[in-house]
Amino acid sequence: MRRIGIDVGGTNTDAVLIAGNAVVRSVKAATTADVTGGILTALQALSRFPEVTAQPVDAVMIGTTHFINAVVQGRHLNRVGALRIGLPSGATLPPFCDWPPALADLVRGEVAMVEGGHDYDGRPFMPLDRAAIAAAARRFADAGLKAVAIAAVFAPIDPSCETEAAAIVRDAIPDAAVTCSHELGRIGLLERENAALMNAALAELARETVAAFEAAIAESGLQAPLYITQNDGTVMLAAHAMRQPVLSFASGATNSMRGAAFLSGIADAMVIDVGGTTTDIGQLRHGFPREANGVVEVGGVRTLFRMPDLLSIGLGGGSHVEAGGDAVGPLSVGHRLTSEALIFGGSRLTTSDVAVAAGLLDLGDRTRVAAIDPAVVARTLARAHAMVEENVDRMKTDAAPLPLIAVGGGAFLVPETVAGISRVVRVPHGDCANAVGAAIAQVSGEIDQVFQGMGRADAVAAATTLAQERAVAAGADAATLQTIEVEDIPLAYLPGNALRVRVRVVGDIAAAGAA
Amino acid sequence: MTVTARPIPLDDIESLAIGAWILGTGGGGSPYLGLLNMRRIYADGGQVLLMDPFDLADDDDVAVVSNMGAPLVGQERLTDSRTIARAVEIMERYQGRRFRAVMSLEIGGGNAIQPLMAAAHLGIPVVDADCMGRAFPEAQMTSFAIGDLQPWPLSLADCRGEEAIVARVTTWKWMERVSRKICVEVGSVASTCKAPRTGAEVKRWGIHHTTTKAIGIGRAVREAQRRHADPIAAILEHEGGLRIFAGKVSDVARRTTEGFLRGTATIEGLDGDRGARMEIAFQNEWAVAWRDGVPVVTTPDLICVLNAVTGEAIGTETLRYGQRVAVVALPAPPVLMTPKGLEHVGPRAFGYDIEFRSVFAEPVQGQA
Repeated sequence: MRRIGIDVGGTNTDAVLIAGNAVVRSVKAATTADVTGGILTALQALSRFPEVTAQPVDAVMIGTTHFINAVVQGRHLNRVGALRIGLPSGATLPPFCDWPPALADLVRGEVAMVEGGHDYDGRPFMPLDRAAIAAAARRFADAGLKAVAIAAVFAPIDPSCETEAAAIVRDAIPDAAVTCSHELGRIGLLERENAALMNAALAELARETVAAFEAAIAESGLQAPLYITQNDGTVMLAAHAMRQPVLSFASGATNSMRGAAFLSGIADAMVIDVGGTTTDIGQLRHGFPREANGVVEVGGVRTLFRMPDLLSIGLGGGSHVEAGGDAVGPLSVGHRLTSEALIFGGSRLTTSDVAVAAGLLDLGDRTRVAAIDPAVVARTLARAHAMVEENVDRMKTDAAPLPLIAVGGGAFLVPETVAGISRVVRVPHGDCANAVGAAIAQVSGEIDQVFQGMGRADAVAAATTLAQERAVAAGADAATLQTIEVEDIPLAYLPGNALRVRVRVVGDIAAAGAA
Repeated sequence: MTVTARPIPLDDIESLAIGAWILGTGGGGSPYLGLLNMRRIYADGGQVLLMDPFDLADDDDVAVVSNMGAPLVGQERLTDSRTIARAVEIMERYQGRRFRAVMSLEIGGGNAIQPLMAAAHLGIPVVDADCMGRAFPEAQMTSFAIGDLQPWPLSLADCRGEEAIVARVTTWKWMERVSRKICVEVGSVASTCKAPRTGAEVKRWGIHHTTTKAIGIGRAVREAQRRHADPIAAILEHEGGLRIFAGKVSDVARRTTEGFLRGTATIEGLDGDRGARMEIAFQNEWAVAWRDGVPVVTTPDLICVLNAVTGEAIGTETLRYGQRVAVVALPAPPVLMTPKGLEHVGPRAFGYDIEFRSVFAEPVQGQA
């Protein structure tokens, strides 16, 4: 299988072609303001290699920070009609109640709350008020709203209120982009509703962006289906991703860690990605990043997105070196490395200058750093090594030693031996690990539900079956599915040994025509 | 009657939410939704007054309120600030008289905010007191029960309009059983007004000035966060607490028995505690902490497991593998440490055959 992976970062757009289990070619292009231009340039650069064009490409996978930037910067968002199903509960905490006011003012179109929803055990909470939903839909239509977010109490247990309401809304607004909360999240109405509102606010941008991605690919001459990578290191078909842009928020960091796993062939390890300004540290379990616990804030809004648990520190190849090597970072020359660092004729001592002086790196003009005091070199590297060691330990959850995979352009700052680490692994193409991660993404399915009146083993088995059904529906090859996470939490005060079970499975993308 | 009651500024309620979650000792439910309700009430021009318990007349009637149920259900059936006020009104109708003020059952967790919501809607002040000084899982684990005060009646309301009165029970434990059954039947979340108290009872058996205490803890955490100082050191200094352990969660075993979340968390030591291991058993709240097999802190001393960086509390339901935590102990209210108090809330009340000895009674063994 031949796949192109593209990572659209803040500075560079990287593209790689992977055939089977090998990286064939990798290229870098400057990221452009419209995102699409950089992708087209990268694809055209890749297409100049005969081994790239010799055979058809099966799939293109893009990872982008475009959608999260839109929310964080409050740009390109459309207004949303918010429909909450669950009165009389929560009447004093309506949709948008915990949003930053400026962002809420941009997104809030109309708000409606109606009776309905379920209890934790699946019993109806209140009868669904269909007349009130129809009235709300007419109000949304009259206001000219084209995007609607629907959230019902305990929809992850029983989504029927949300799906029925979505049908009523589509009757009133035939071309509406409708987001139902149960498609995005877990238990926690407010956070799940926030995700749905944010998703609906990105409806127009997502449609335009995915259309532009497809245009760029068509223009490059490729004829391959387009996938968008998600926060959890898996992909969705572009047509599906277009409807759920929030699920691709954190894909850049995830792709980098997944790429590190692929390039090294190691599934359980610590990963350190040293860039120019910052270093991200995370942990791979079964080839996937460990996820952050609980609530994640995006643009000041609480959500429950599946995001990798990352520690970012101010250390990179462009970090300022001060105090004779005793202080490194967090300030950095960033993308001005090639004009401000000593090795490029500048006047700022950076970690890259020290690495060149130490013979760890071949970059720029090494005669410009010949006069640096060897004691300063030693202290700088000792400081950088201490920062790496301390922060890798912070992120490590096992006492047993693990390998550490070092990727990114500043990986020379990672020492050969680190406490608690069995070995430091460096890989070819490590500077394009993020695009590699996009190219190898898989398809996942997840379930998070309360089970009652059955043993733990039966509950986990039932949850696994449901997760597998979701993965196949999302485009996975059923024969390749494996369970990568099982978590169960007994629920206090609920009778019948209630158990909340979360299961996640992943599989390879089903071959074209099979899905 | 003239009574000095001071308005609680909204900023103090923000601090209360953080402090109460720490005093929740792992349980009590997050105060976040209660805080959101209070922000709305204040945005609409509402305000709540806080009164000193010693300003109550002996014959004043005081409502003792709490939200009851499973925290998970509360995350979906979001608290409506008016439901807790309805529970108080049901009790007023049942008893045929009005309350002078309202107070919290437990200052630990979300129930620290419930009386503020009730007070805002009812137009009466909140008494600066509770009857746990922390959070506990059961109805008989209060200073009022330790004082053998009358356990009945109780009123209960759910947001749909279901209402119930528990008219009479023989013991506090029976109140726990009967009211828990009703709560589960209406969907495992309900607002309750417990057995009403007189001003004299609150002054004799209440745990006083705990709202102010929780606000103070929260304020210390927020100020430390703003100054980029160590918020855990700020909590310890504010409360005269002890740093017990620092480490990473290496295992959490949970099980549900008799409707409660029970289990044990294991924490592997870091920094000065490297090489040591702490195990903490819980029944909704943290109950007993062992360092390398030796019990070092037991209920009713407060065991708080905090985020090592932010100083904010982590609940027994949300504690997860890999989290970096600080374990601290805070002093318990004296009434809980009397022989009668220990019968209700000591280690044996939670099934541990351990003699209670406060970690604050003498210097901690093995600590510099």
